[in-house]
Amino acid sequence: MTDKHLSTQFDSELSGISTRVLEMGGLVESQVAQAVYALSHFSGDIASEVLRNEERVNTMEVEIDHDLSTIIARRQPTARDLRLLIAISKTIANLERVGDEAARIARTVQRLINTGVSSRLRLPVNDLAYEAELAIAQLRKALDAFARLDTQKAVEVLKQDDQIDQEFDGLMRKLITYMMEDPRTISSSIDLVFVAKAIERVGDHAKNLAEVIIYIVKGTDVRHNTVAAVESMVK
Amino acid sequence: MDTKVEFPVTDVAKLSVRDLNFYYGAFHALKHINLDIPEKKVTAFIGPSGCGKSTLLRTFNRMFELYPEQRAEGSITIDGENILKSRQDVSLIRAKIGMVFQKPTPFPMSIYDNIAFGVRLFETLPRVEMDERVEWALKKAALWNEVKDKLNQSGSGLSGGQQQRLCIARGIAIKPEVLLLDEPCSALDPISTGKIEELIHELKDDYTVVIVTHNMQQAARCSDYTAYMYLGDLIEFGPTSELFMKPKKKDTEDYITGRFG
Repeated sequence: MTDKHLSTQFDSELSGISTRVLEMGGLVESQVAQAVYALSHFSGDIASEVLRNEERVNTMEVEIDHDLSTIIARRQPTARDLRLLIAISKTIANLERVGDEAARIARTVQRLINTGVSSRLRLPVNDLAYEAELAIAQLRKALDAFARLDTQKAVEVLKQDDQIDQEFDGLMRKLITYMMEDPRTISSSIDLVFVAKAIERVGDHAKNLAEVIIYIVKGTDVRHNTVAAVESMVK
Repeated sequence: MDTKVEFPVTDVAKLSVRDLNFYYGAFHALKHINLDIPEKKVTAFIGPSGCGKSTLLRTFNRMFELYPEQRAEGSITIDGENILKSRQDVSLIRAKIGMVFQKPTPFPMSIYDNIAFGVRLFETLPRVEMDERVEWALKKAALWNEVKDKLNQSGSGLSGGQQQRLCIARGIAIKPEVLLLDEPCSALDPISTGKIEELIHELKDDYTVVIVTHNMQQAARCSDYTAYMYLGDLIEFGPTSELFMKPKKKDTEDYITGRFG
């Protein structure tokens, strides 16, 4: 927000809450990265750390939500201020779910370790790491677009979601092959299917975030539209 | 500035303002206003002090003619007749287009006579029918239950909110078609304001209501259409829900979000 309100207090409340959202975004981004690192290195310690930090993500969501209601009650925002606050409400719900996905991955890592599956079994964890890299990059880009209210960047995020979906489909095919070749890997392969799905969802949440940015700036709800349609709406 | 609004098919224009210019002596207070006020809807005028919103309201029933040096050019048509050019008796125009002012202005007479006074100017009603009319107007203004046992007491003995509702009752007793409200709640507490807003909501079943307000939340709460004015220009006019959620002009957005000035 470049131009200022008459009330500088209101300005600082809005920029304060936006900063908190970005902080929360940074936290869940690192949660996903850590969880995937724990998976590719079979590190129980890092998985536990992710699960401990999950608490912080949840607390942040509740706190930001509380601040939101306070601002709405006290300032009775309109137009783009109102849109920003509604968007933040949706964003933090999405970010919290990204946090949940990270925790889900961390729990899977712990289970794989506890059941004695080690890197001896040939599992395509590197492919998963690549899918995660894409998803994390999408999330980072969406948060960046949020910080700058950059609709072009938001559209890029929408465009690139396909890549993650393709990667996910490829992984599925690969995991099915593993299971057919060596039935001993079935149980752990199924775990990895869920991990791949969790990562794919992180990408979806990044996409939701990008849509919400367009709503803040343009006032248009672009959900459930094709990327081409959204692109023409943003122009 | 030419501001065109596409009304939903159900909304017909009751008042049509075309190229309206208004002058206080040499000061150009309204500049080329084009606007349609939809029938049986509430239209709110908002804008900072001095933007011309009250001035615009006062042209609708030629209230400005009370003052010399003030003149209006252009046209304001109601039912096909240009109010500004009309040879009709101005009090008949005001009977058709009633007005309620910022400060409650009860006449120094009984509650009953406050209502009956205006009616007697235009109609000669037998006592029973007059009683009915007074009761009807007071009920419509949501004041009946509070005053029915003291109709003969002075109107100035009522609270501010009650006085304002009395003025609204007085305004509707002569059965106008349009009701103009010039900051009707600015001197009232929140409870009385709430009652007047509720009343405004009910009035639009029968009347075309135009309200000038400093309070943007009030415009957001009780109007169907909102016009934002600034320095004598009509900047934006449209459905209230759109204007407050997604205004088309940046100036409007700056004003309603408090970035103005």
